[in-house]
Parts: sequence; structure tokens; C-alpha cells
Amino acid sequence: MKVNSPLEAYKFLPGTNCGRCGEDTCMAFASHLIDRSHKATDCLPMVEEDKFANKLKELEALLAPEIREVVIGVGEKAVKIGGDDVLFRHKLTFFNKTAYAYDVTDTMDEKELLERVNTIQNFKKFYVGDFLTLDMIAVRCVSGNPETFTAAVKKVMQATDLPMVLCSFDPAVLKASLEVAAEKKPLLYAATKDNWQEVAKLAKDYEVPVTLFAPNDLDMLKSLAKTFSEMSINNLVLDPGTFPTGRDLKTTFENFLKIRRAGIEGDRDIACPIMAVPLTAWMAYDDEISASYWETVLASVFTVKYGDIMIMHSIQPHALLPQLHIRDTIYTDPRKPVTVDPGIMEIGSPTADSPVIITTNFALTYYTVESDVSSNKVDCYIVVVDTDGIGVEAAVAGGQLTAAKIKKTLDDAGFDLKEKTTFNTVILPGLAARLQGDVEDQLGSKVLIGPTDSGRIPGWLETNWPPENK
Amino acid sequence: MSNKIKLADINKLFKDLDVESLEGVTIEGDIELNISGGGGLNPALAYALGHEAAQISLHIANISRMLGYPVDQLFAEGLGLVPSPATVAEPAIQNLIESKFEVAKIAEWNTPIEEITLGATSADGGSRKSTVTLGGEKAMPYYFDAEMPHRNYVTMDVFDIPISMAKTVKSNYEDVMEDPAEWAKKVVKDFNADMVTIHLISTDPLINDTPAREAAKVVEDVLQAVDVPIVIGGSGNPQKDPEVLERAAEVAEGERALLASASLNLDYERVAKAATDHGHAVLSWTQLEINAQKELNRKLMKQCNVPRDSIVMDPTTAALGYGLDYAYSNMERIRLSALMGDTELNFPMSSGTTNAWGARESWMKESPLKEDSDWGPREYRGPIWEIVTGLTLSLAGNDLFMMMHPTSVQVLKEITQTLFGSIESRPTDINSWVTAEV
Repeated sequence: MKVNSPLEAYKFLPGTNCGRCGEDTCMAFASHLIDRSHKATDCLPMVEEDKFANKLKELEALLAPEIREVVIGVGEKAVKIGGDDVLFRHKLTFFNKTAYAYDVTDTMDEKELLERVNTIQNFKKFYVGDFLTLDMIAVRCVSGNPETFTAAVKKVMQATDLPMVLCSFDPAVLKASLEVAAEKKPLLYAATKDNWQEVAKLAKDYEVPVTLFAPNDLDMLKSLAKTFSEMSINNLVLDPGTFPTGRDLKTTFENFLKIRRAGIEGDRDIACPIMAVPLTAWMAYDDEISASYWETVLASVFTVKYGDIMIMHSIQPHALLPQLHIRDTIYTDPRKPVTVDPGIMEIGSPTADSPVIITTNFALTYYTVESDVSSNKVDCYIVVVDTDGIGVEAAVAGGQLTAAKIKKTLDDAGFDLKEKTTFNTVILPGLAARLQGDVEDQLGSKVLIGPTDSGRIPGWLETNWPPENK
Repeated sequence: MSNKIKLADINKLFKDLDVESLEGVTIEGDIELNISGGGGLNPALAYALGHEAAQISLHIANISRMLGYPVDQLFAEGLGLVPSPATVAEPAIQNLIESKFEVAKIAEWNTPIEEITLGATSADGGSRKSTVTLGGEKAMPYYFDAEMPHRNYVTMDVFDIPISMAKTVKSNYEDVMEDPAEWAKKVVKDFNADMVTIHLISTDPLINDTPAREAAKVVEDVLQAVDVPIVIGGSGNPQKDPEVLERAAEVAEGERALLASASLNLDYERVAKAATDHGHAVLSWTQLEINAQKELNRKLMKQCNVPRDSIVMDPTTAALGYGLDYAYSNMERIRLSALMGDTELNFPMSSGTTNAWGARESWMKESPLKEDSDWGPREYRGPIWEIVTGLTLSLAGNDLFMMMHPTSVQVLKEITQTLFGSIESRPTDINSWVTAEV
């Protein structure tokens, strides 16, 4: 965006502090425009009153993210990519997480194709209150035959609502598939220096986003992007080529850095989402484990550094799980709080006989423990100790989780173990075992050592709860 | 030369407006626009053509409106807003608009990271065969702004007693767990470790309370067994560690080890003094807090007189899925501040990448949550968890990796050295990836 301070944005606002946006003042609203938690159109007077029309238009142009946003697909599963304003996530946050596409080919038999599509669309991993999932299907034309490809695309469309990438360098193949798939707004892959005129026409005629592919040739990539933009084809994705190994990979890495830096610094022509193709790892490694490992390595590198969409092959859990987590890592808003409020949390409907479990106020730790017990329907109390947002193991080592802190948490909450519980017993995390003696002394209660991973609490309770001696 | 445009062509141009729905409207005759000019379409001509088309478009729309067709609604639905007719007839461009890609280097990165050498050869009064130099960067890692002077290094963990560890890791060490010297030999010889970290965890009063003097013997054994530089770690007990590290520093005099670690919650002065008295470097450990890191580094330099070439930082590593986002951005902020001139932060960094094995995804047999998709075999999940944790931090500027699993070490070295630029490419025709058989 072209405005850097709330004051600059404030100049465009009505200045009446009407409060209809939900903020008390126009200045407060302006600061949310800068951190991108409000849009200009959230200011209703600007939208409703004609006299503000020009100002709104100007403001929207100034607030537009440096990197173009491109939407692929339709409906609930549509993905939006691009939209970034910074080169380092701590400067603001990264927007629109990298879209992960996994491939199928038009030479697969129907059973294999549908199995893959279903694995991709059904894969899910619970994490901090929500499921991590995969986004897209890339359909590769291996046959070279327009009809074969179109038939495969149709099958994919029937099986899933996930957006597609249609992959072929042959405009005739792309055209045939667009005849059946254009309304789903798939991403075309790809226009090159050889076929760009015909692919441009397809992107224009069918109104679909398109990838520009110029392996390790940034001048060509920029020329293609400029030419397409000149033709009013603006939904562009740039693929500078993903070379999977050695110095070529280093060059690929540098290309990603260069494109994004130029885009953020104001080169409009190249300020587009970038595609990586970690699948090329499979062209360099023969055995499945090495290939899927290296593919995940590439996916991680380019998720961290500026890949906005990528195409992978392996759908093995050992590849998908780290990919989903590294994406979440990079795209989590760093402005969100690290901690939850300390205190005693009631999970389910705890009674005097329910276990009392100690943990820290590091948000990830707390939510992990919470989901482990609640998803297994364990009624209990969780004692959230203020450890400055540090996890159990590090907090024990660093002195943020101590017997005194645990006692303070219980005292502050007015939670008297002898009065409120039958067993006068607390459960310490396995990683805090060394605090056992201290905690017993300070609380005057019994201390059990729980498992080192809260995922094992439900099973552990079965054999260890209620405690033997009252 | 004359370009002719027929109504049929105009209809094509109108596709965007969904005027196909106007099929009921017929216009008599084939309207032809004659446009004279030089070869191809020049921008002025294109504009004129666009204008013409726009006029005709309005004309047809008007006819339709007269016939009662809901043209305006159609326009609004088709485009979501009233279209600007001039863009409708955007002409195809015949030749690529050639452009040159340019990007500037970052001028604010004007302060290099300190170079820290670990290990000492006989020439420098030690007995190591090789040394390791960390740091010296003048840009973010692997960036084109400035060449990275030294590659990343891996130091592998060795413990002074058998400890509980993930099954996938343990299977590599079962034959050596009783003997730290053999363990050290194995990680160097078989697993290609650049360095060895000996963790004296049995010294913890809550474990074996091994006396510092006895623990120091283990350090001697490890120094005898291998000729790479070493890191000496305590048990993490803040009361005991200073004494343990003092003894260890004494027996390792001249070998330029890295003492792990000094922190704000123990007597860092004693650890710093042990390092400076015996010629070692010190690991400055803080917990995910850039200001605490500055404070501790400042204390080590100003209060304890640790030379600038003897400080390595450990800003804490949280595992993938367990706070890696904080660890990553904390390191990235530290490195960027350093490059931009913060001389309290321009030191090499070290990561306890082994922490990845605390993530349940790396070691649990299956997900504890019924809703999850199958996690697959843990033998494959574990090493990649350690790899991704490490390589993410390598991109934030981390120099030295403390690791455990041999496969993780091998792959992490491969990717960091690839990005460093010392690995040859395997020839791969990526132009054909779309049709590749994989």
C-alpha cells in the first residue's frame, strides 16, 4: 500500500467520528486501514454519499496491496493468493496463505485419479481450534490429447469443488478443457515465450487467471507480464521455474527473492503472485521417500520465501503434515497474542472429583492441552500458570514455571484444592516432573506426574485417576 | 494497407459483455469498418478501434433496450459493475513488449555478523584436526546482496547417560548409549557431524547429581575420541551448571569449545569467566525475546568482558507446530537488526533443532485425535519434522544446528549447502515437468 501512517489515511476520511464502522473515531479506523483489519468500504458514509466517491476511490487505490491479489476457483473453496505488502512477516503479517495444489494426470485410470482427488480433498489435521487442509488439484496433460485431457478435467470437476490448475503448454489442449471448465475459473498453466499469444487469447476469452512460465529468465517473465497487463489480462501468476537441485536451485531461490523484492518496492509489472513447483524434485530423485522428502524441503523453502501457490506430487502424510504446518507457521498473524489469560479453566462440566491439570499460558500449549482433553470428553480443571507465554519445558528450565507460580495462580483464582476437590491432588506435566517436591510442599497437596505429551492425558487418566489415596 | 473488421468480429469482442444473449436481434447487412494505416495495430489505431467498438456496443445496447431486453441488468450482472466500454475491444498485441528486470541490493545492510571460530588445531594450542567458523554474513542467508562467507554447520547431540528419546532416534544409538566417547565417534564417523555436543545431563541434582569433577572426565573422553570442535552443555540446572561448566572448561583448555550456556536465570558471570579464562566461546541463551538477548549480550560484553569473537546466540528454537513462528520471526528480527547496525546482536546464531522431537507429530505412533486423517508411519514423520524446523530457521539466519537424527542431518546439510552454493545441480529438464512421468 502507498500510505504508511494512519494520519495519511485519515485525510481521506469524513472525520465525523460517526462510529458506524465500529470504531470510536475516524483516526482509530485509519489505523485499522493501515494494519489491514478494515477496508475503506467499511466506512459507510464514504460508500453512501456521492461527495466522498472520489476520495473513496483514491483511498482504495492507495490502500491496494503491493502484490496483486488473484482469485482461483469459485464458491467456498476458491483460493485467493498474493496481496502482500511486506518482505518480512514481523513487519505486518503475510496475507493469503500459499495455495497448495497436488497433481493428477490425464493418463491415470479413473480409479486412481478419483482416489487421489479424494485423498487430497479429505485430508485434514486438527490444529489450534481448526483443521488444516489442502487447497487445489493440478491436472497435468501427459497424453497430449485435448479430448483425453478434457475427460480427466471433467472427472475432477465431478469429484471435487477444489479449484484446479490446468497444466499444458498446448493451447489446443487448454482450449478444449476450458470449454468444460471455464466457469470454475481454473488457473491456466502456462503461457511461455512460444505460445503466449494463443494462451493470452484463452485467458481473455474465457476470463480465467493465467500463469506465465519463463524458466530462469526474469527479463522474459517481466516482458510477458507487461504484455499481458497491457492486454488487460491482470490475473497473472509468475513461474520463474523451480530447478530442484544444486546451484540451479540456488538461482531459483534468488529469483523468488528478486521478484518479490521488486514487486514490494513498486515494480508494478512484476508485482504478481509467484508459483513454485516442488514436484520437480521427482525428476531428480528416483526413490519415493527421497523424492517426497526433497519435495517437502522445496515446498518449505518456498513457503517461507515468497511462494504464493505451489504444485506438489506426494500425498503421503509425512509430506503433507509438515507442509501444512510450515504454511501455518509463516502465515499466522504475528500480531496475535502469544499468551492466554492465566487462571482456572473449566473444561466440560468438572466436579469435585475431576482432575486438576497444570499447564502454562503459552497459547499453543494451552490450546493443545485443551483440545486433547475436550475432544476426548474429559471433564477437568486446567490451571493456566502465567509463564510469560513460554511452554512447559522451557519455562521449567527458565524459571517461569515454579511451585510458587502455581500456588499464586490457584490463590488468585480463589481455588482452594482442599475445599473444592475431593482428592486434593494436582497433575503436573511430565516435562515439569522436577517440580514435584516443591509443588507438594507449597500447596500441601498430592502431586501426580502426568504424561510428557498432553495427547496421552486421556489414556493416562484411565489408569491413574481417581488417585488411590484420598 | 487496410484492416477490416466485421460485425462477426465485433460480436467476438463483445463476448465479455455476454452479448451472445442478443442473438434475437438481427442487424441487416454486414457492417464493415475500413481502417487504413501502417502494418499491424498501433496504439492510436487500437484506441480508435476500441472507441468505434464502444460506439457500436452502445448502439446495439440501445436497440436491445428498445426491444425491451434488460441490457443494463445484464451488464451489471456480467461484470459486477458498469463496464468501461473502451476496454472491451482491447486488441491482441502482436509483439512482446520487451522489458528488463531490475532490482536493487539492500543498502541498509551495512554491518557484518561477527566471525566466531570454534575448535583449535595444534597450531593454536589445541588438538582438533579441523575448526568451524560461523558468521561473517553481510546479508540475509543465501541472498544475492552479498556472498555468504561460511556454510551452516551441524553439531550432533551426545549425552553422558542413556536418556529416553523418540524410538526413531534411539534406534540409531542403542549400541553406543552407555559410552559417550563411542557415541561421539559414531556421530562424526557414520553420520558426518561437523561438531559434537556433549550434554552433561547426569549432573542435575534431580537426576544423578554427578559431581562436576567426574562430569569433566567425560568431556576429556569425548575430546580424546573425536578431533572435531565440541560444544559442552550442562544439565540445564541453573544452580549446578556454572560449576559443571567451570570444571569442563578447565579440562578443555586450549580446545576452544562452546560453553552452553550463559543465561539470565543463572550466574552467567561464572560461565563467562570460565570461557574467557580458558579460551572458549560462550553460548548466550535467551527465550524468544529479542530485548532479553540484547541485555544478556551486553552483560556478557560489558560486565564480563567476553570478547566479541567469542559469543554465539541461542534465541531458542520452538518446534514446527509448537511456536516455530515465534522462533523464526525472533531470529529474523535479530539478524535484520544486526545487519542494520545493532552491535549488541550481530553474532552468529545456534538452534536447538533437536527440540523438533518434542512435537508429537515427530514421534507419536498415531494422532491422538480421532478427527485427523491418518498420520502415516512415524519413522518418516520424525526426521522431516527436524529438517523443516531447522531449514526454516536457516532462512532466518541461523548458523549452527544442534541435531539428533542422521537422516535429518544429511538432508539439512544438503539443502543449506545447496542454498549456500556449494552443491552441483543434477541436470533436470524442468521445461517438461508437465508431462513428466513421476
